[in-house]
Amino acid sequence: MGLTTETVLTKVGEFLGDGLISSNESFGMLAINVVASRNFELIEFLKSDPILKMTFLTDLTGTHYPDKPGAEFEVVYHMHNLVDNYRLRIKCALPVTNPEIRSVVPLFSAANFMERETYDFFGIIFTGHPNLKRILNVDEMDYFPMRKEYPLEDGTRTDKEDKYFGR
Amino acid sequence: MEPELIKKINTLADNKTNISVSKVNEQELTTLNLGPIHPATHGIFQNVLKMNGETIVECEQTVGYIHRAFEKIAEHRPFYQVTPLTDRLNYCSSPINNVGWHLAVEKLIKAEIPKRVDYMRIIVMELARVADHLVCNSIVAADMGALTGFTYVFQWREKIYDIYEEICGARLTTNIGRIGGFERDFNPTVHKKIKDFLRDFPKVYKEFMSLVERNRIFMDRSVGVGGISAERALNYGFTGPNLRATGVDYDVRVMDPYCSYQDFDFIVPVGTGGDVYDRFMVRHQEILESIKMIKQAHDNLPEGKHYAEVPEFYLPPKEDVYTKMEALIWHFKIVMGETDVPVGELYSAVEGGNGELGFYLVSDGGRAAYRLHFRRPCFIYYQAYPEIICGGMISDAVMTMSSLNVIAGELDA
Repeated sequence: MGLTTETVLTKVGEFLGDGLISSNESFGMLAINVVASRNFELIEFLKSDPILKMTFLTDLTGTHYPDKPGAEFEVVYHMHNLVDNYRLRIKCALPVTNPEIRSVVPLFSAANFMERETYDFFGIIFTGHPNLKRILNVDEMDYFPMRKEYPLEDGTRTDKEDKYFGR
Repeated sequence: MEPELIKKINTLADNKTNISVSKVNEQELTTLNLGPIHPATHGIFQNVLKMNGETIVECEQTVGYIHRAFEKIAEHRPFYQVTPLTDRLNYCSSPINNVGWHLAVEKLIKAEIPKRVDYMRIIVMELARVADHLVCNSIVAADMGALTGFTYVFQWREKIYDIYEEICGARLTTNIGRIGGFERDFNPTVHKKIKDFLRDFPKVYKEFMSLVERNRIFMDRSVGVGGISAERALNYGFTGPNLRATGVDYDVRVMDPYCSYQDFDFIVPVGTGGDVYDRFMVRHQEILESIKMIKQAHDNLPEGKHYAEVPEFYLPPKEDVYTKMEALIWHFKIVMGETDVPVGELYSAVEGGNGELGFYLVSDGGRAAYRLHFRRPCFIYYQAYPEIICGGMISDAVMTMSSLNVIAGELDA
């Protein structure tokens, strides 16, 4: 008795209603885009539902898409149902002007460091986080280094063109 | 204590030592910096402990001392240049990280991997697991004062490194294998060294275990120390031996078999209490299982090629580059980054030395990954450290840390 994608989509769709923006399956994993304001309820539902049983938060991270106005940031959750071995990716888009999302630390202690890391690198604010401060970078840093506008190389160099070195 | 006195001690302490005294809740607590430079942390990270005598009341971790911005660098490098970055995550078992990354890319490009490559990979990965667990377990014993066992088995880790060296030329940061397979087939020396290792190591390992396994001092120091319940461990995102020690049989090799792990006969050892002794014994049993798997893979190594047919990613042999047109073209395309990369978003995981090592890869078709995130097991389960050690003694905290196998490289990426 395994959990199927249809079951997950139906249950999540029923729970979220309009909150479920889109879904797609690639490389064997279902990914759903949901409204950022409902991330906490959704994850709480996924965790407590007796059929979905996604009791394990595998990963939490962020992504920056500067070319998507109004949805520059994405917070990506990877949930895992260890009983049926079903993995689910949840993505919440956030605007760069107000990158705030509710913290899931009350549900998963594992999210503590991962949210701090995401804040540290992208500047995404997790409201309700008990100790939201930088984790891997120095406290004095005044920018968020994983944002795409911060180049890896010194921006003033003229002898190297981006197109020859990655992007 | 008088406030002036505390102030004086603190000023003195700030200047002279790393120990200061403060007054909290009418109780005299000592602040102790365990790390960043401390032999007991086995790596560069700090724990600020608030102590009541020898009992730990509060603990706060500071990590990031060796952060090297791998995720940022990976956004600027072609895929095959990311492999050396993965070496430096959990450097005690770098071949697992290398293969994990190659598997993620192969999933993206939908490469078909020959059986021989799978088996060769299993040999190097399980050797790496043996090396990783051997270090962890012997360090646990060393932290209790049993230094003999540690120095004894370290020689055998060197022998594993000799095998790596014969396969890929490097010992610690291996950069082993390529996208699609291995750069060359195992040579006769590799086979001989693996055989010798399989023949000699179990005896040596048994001797090491007889020193500690039922040792009165060892058991008194480790049974019931640093325990965590299965429920809390899952909530904290534990994976790998640390989770299995609590009794949860989650292993990526069994749940999502990669590299033909389904062909192999092995058991997933689990513990009950999740304490230092359980973690030690789970790792011990895993070493034996890994030895079994290496033997199976080595005995049944299928014939075939040591690389997959992915000319867009796998560098052609050098002699062909000099003599054949196609090989030269592919070589040029790979080195100059002219290869087309599929667009996609995927998560691929392997069972690393410390647990589920995941790669979240977003590719926009560019030469390098658009976004690459490493799910580093250490970083996630290290959060539980304060909860585990608070209320215990400082000497137990040291052992708990080494039995959790916190590796600074993996912690800080």
